[in-house]
Amino acid sequence: MAETKPPAPDLGAALAAASCPVPASSTRETILMAHGGGGRLTQRLIESLFLKNFDNPALRELHDGAILEAGGVRLAFSTDSFVIHPLFFPGGDIGSLAVHGTVNDLAMCGAQPLGLSAGLILEEGLPVADLERIVASMQRAAAGAGASIVTGDTKVVDRGKGDGVFVNVTGVGIVPEGVVISPRRAAPGDVVLVSGEIAVHGIAIMSLREGLRFETTLESDTATLNGLVADLLAAAGAAVHVLRDPTRGGVASTLNEIAGQAAVGIRLEEAKIPVAEEVRGACEILGLDPLYVANEGKLLAIVAPEAADRALAALRAHPLGAKAAAIGTVVAEGPGRVTLKSRIGGTRIVDLLTGEQLPRIC
Amino acid sequence: MKFVDEYRREEDAQAFVRAIRAKVTRSWTLMEICGGQTHTLLRSGIDRMLPPEITLVHGPGCPVCVTPLTQIDRALAIASRPNVIFTSFGDMLRVPGSTTDLLTVKARGGDVRMVYSPLDAVTLARQNPEKEVVFFAVGFETTAPANAMAVRHAKSLGLTNFSVLASHVLVPPAMEAILSSPSNRVQAFLLAGHVCAVMGWTEYEPLAKSHGIPMVVTGFEPLDLLQGIHMAVDALEAGRTGVENQYVRTVSREGNPAARAVVNEVFETCDRAWRGIGVIPKSGYRLRPEYAAYDATLKFEVGAITTEEPKECIAGEIMQGLKRPSACTAFGTRCTPEHPLGAPMVSSEGACAAYWLYARA
Repeated sequence: MAETKPPAPDLGAALAAASCPVPASSTRETILMAHGGGGRLTQRLIESLFLKNFDNPALRELHDGAILEAGGVRLAFSTDSFVIHPLFFPGGDIGSLAVHGTVNDLAMCGAQPLGLSAGLILEEGLPVADLERIVASMQRAAAGAGASIVTGDTKVVDRGKGDGVFVNVTGVGIVPEGVVISPRRAAPGDVVLVSGEIAVHGIAIMSLREGLRFETTLESDTATLNGLVADLLAAAGAAVHVLRDPTRGGVASTLNEIAGQAAVGIRLEEAKIPVAEEVRGACEILGLDPLYVANEGKLLAIVAPEAADRALAALRAHPLGAKAAAIGTVVAEGPGRVTLKSRIGGTRIVDLLTGEQLPRIC
Repeated sequence: MKFVDEYRREEDAQAFVRAIRAKVTRSWTLMEICGGQTHTLLRSGIDRMLPPEITLVHGPGCPVCVTPLTQIDRALAIASRPNVIFTSFGDMLRVPGSTTDLLTVKARGGDVRMVYSPLDAVTLARQNPEKEVVFFAVGFETTAPANAMAVRHAKSLGLTNFSVLASHVLVPPAMEAILSSPSNRVQAFLLAGHVCAVMGWTEYEPLAKSHGIPMVVTGFEPLDLLQGIHMAVDALEAGRTGVENQYVRTVSREGNPAARAVVNEVFETCDRAWRGIGVIPKSGYRLRPEYAAYDATLKFEVGAITTEEPKECIAGEIMQGLKRPSACTAFGTRCTPEHPLGAPMVSSEGACAAYWLYARA
C-alpha cells in the first residue's frame, strides 16, 4: 500500500464536521448487567432509588451490614443474594458462596454470626441431587463459621424463569463491646491492609464461565472471614477502623466507596498489592485490571498507624491471611479519591468502574 | 511475573526518564498511534514523568473509537433480529449507536454474546446450525489475520450460517491524512508494535521519507514506551528521519508473511469512513467478492443503513492529535463514561476514557 499513496482528505472540512453521536444511553430505562456489577451504576441505583425511598440512619451508613441496638446489645444484620452461573465451580458452589457472603458481611461489622436464614428459589427441572449438594455445602460452610441456619423459605419458578437455583442468605450477629467498625472511621495516617492475593475468585469464575483455559486451574478462594476478623480484633481492637470484603467491583470500588464516605484520600502502591502469578497472567491477557476483579474470602482493613504492624502480624498468623500486605495509606488530600503509585513510579487515579469490565479487542 | 516485570522496573524507568531529560533541548510533539499505548502511558503515569518539553498526543489507533456510526447502527439492526446470535469483542458492546448500544439490545432480549476470539464465533455457528451467527470484525491490521482465519475456517467447514460485519481500518492512510493536514503538529510517531508485528514497517518508510520525520516501532509495556520516546527524541534532536525499531523482541521489517497472506486472501482494501474524521481513501478492509457469502452487510441487507454523524463532540480532533481530551468543554461534565458523547470516552482504548480513568485533574 505504501506505493499507492492515497490522497489525503481535506482535514479542514473533516474537522468542521468532526462529530460524535448523542447516544440514547442518557435515557436508558432498562436495568443492565452493570447495575449489579458493584460499580458506578450500582452506586447510582442505591443512592437514587433505595436510599431515597428507604432512608434511615442504619441504612445511611451504607456498610456491608446494618447495626441495630436492642437491649444494650448491638446486632449486625445483613443479607446477600446469589444468582451465579455456573452453580458449581473449583473451590466452591453457590451454597457455600452464599453462606460465606453473609457471614463475611457480618464479620465486616466486627460481628460473629448468631443465626442465618436460607431462601431458595428453585427452577423447575433442577436435579434434586444438585440441590442436595448445595444444601449440604451450605451446612458445612455455616458450621465452619460456627453458625447455624435457623430458618428458611423455598419457592419454585417455571423452567426458564430462573438459572437453576437462586440463593439468599440473611444473617444476624453480635458486635463485641468496644468494637466500632464503620467506613466513616477511615482517618488520615491510617494504613490500608489486604488479607491476601486479590482477584482470584473473579478470574476463577470467568475462566470457567467463558471457557478460558490456562495452564493451571484457578480455584476460588471463597471462605468465611469471621475467624480472621476475630484474630485481627483481638490484636488491634479499637484501632481497626474499617473492615470491608471487596467482592463485586473489587478492591478499587470498595476503596472508592470508603474514600467517599470518610471524605479522605487513599494512596495505593501497585508494587505492594499481592496478585498471584496466574491471576496476573490472566488479567494481562484479557486486558483486565485485577483491582476491579471480584474477591471472596479476602478483606480490606483500615487500621490506625500505631497498630498497623500488630494488625498485619495477626492477619499473617491466620491461615486465610498468610499473604496479607500493607498496600496503601489514608491521606487528607483529595477527599473521595483513590490514587495509585504505579510500578514504574508514576501516579494515576483509581476510579469507580462505570460498567462491567470488558475484555479488550487487542 | 516473567516477561512482564522486566518491562515495568522502576529503576529502569527512572533511568529512561533521566536519559530523555538529558537529551531534550527543545519542544517536541510526539504521537503514539495506538490506544493501548495511550492507556499504558496514563495508567503508569508516564505522561507526568516526562520533561515539559515533550508533548504526547494520542493517535487514532482505537478501533472502537473510529468505527463509524453507520457500522454500529448496522450491527444494532442485525443484533436485534430474532434468529441471530451477534458476537463481538467486549469493548464494542458499550459503544453508542444513534439510538442504543449492544448491551442495551441484549438487555431487551437480543442474543448478543462477547467472544474472546473470532474462532469462538465460528464454533458457535457450528453448535447452533438453526441460528445465524454474526461476528463484528473490527480492528486494525492487528485483528485482521484472526478475523480472516475465521472466515476461511467457516468456508472450509462449509458453514452457511456464519458471517462477519467487517469494519477494518488501516494505519498508514490515517497517518498520511494526519501528516498532510495544514494543522498537523506531530513531529514524530510511535508506531503500534502489534500492527507492525503483522505488517512489518516497509509501508511506513516512504511516509517517513516524504514527510521527513522519524518513526519508532514501539511496544506496549511502560519501558517499551519510555524507550520508544527516548529513541524518537534522540532522532529528533539529531535530525534523523526514517523508521527505527524499539520492539525488536517481536517485530521484524517484513512482519508476519503468513498472517499477511491470509489477510490478502480474504480481504481487499477499500475506502473507509472513520468516526469523527470522515472517509479516508484505501483505509479499510472489506471481504473479497469470493467471500461475499460471509458478508453480513449483504446477508442481512443492512447496506442501506447510513447514519449522519451529528455535531456533538470533538472526537475527530482528539483522534488526530489536534486537541487533548481535557480541552473538550464537555469532558467530565456532559461527557462521562456513563453518558458518553463519543466513542473515545467509552472504549477501553479511547483517549478520553484514559484521561477520565487515570488523569483527571
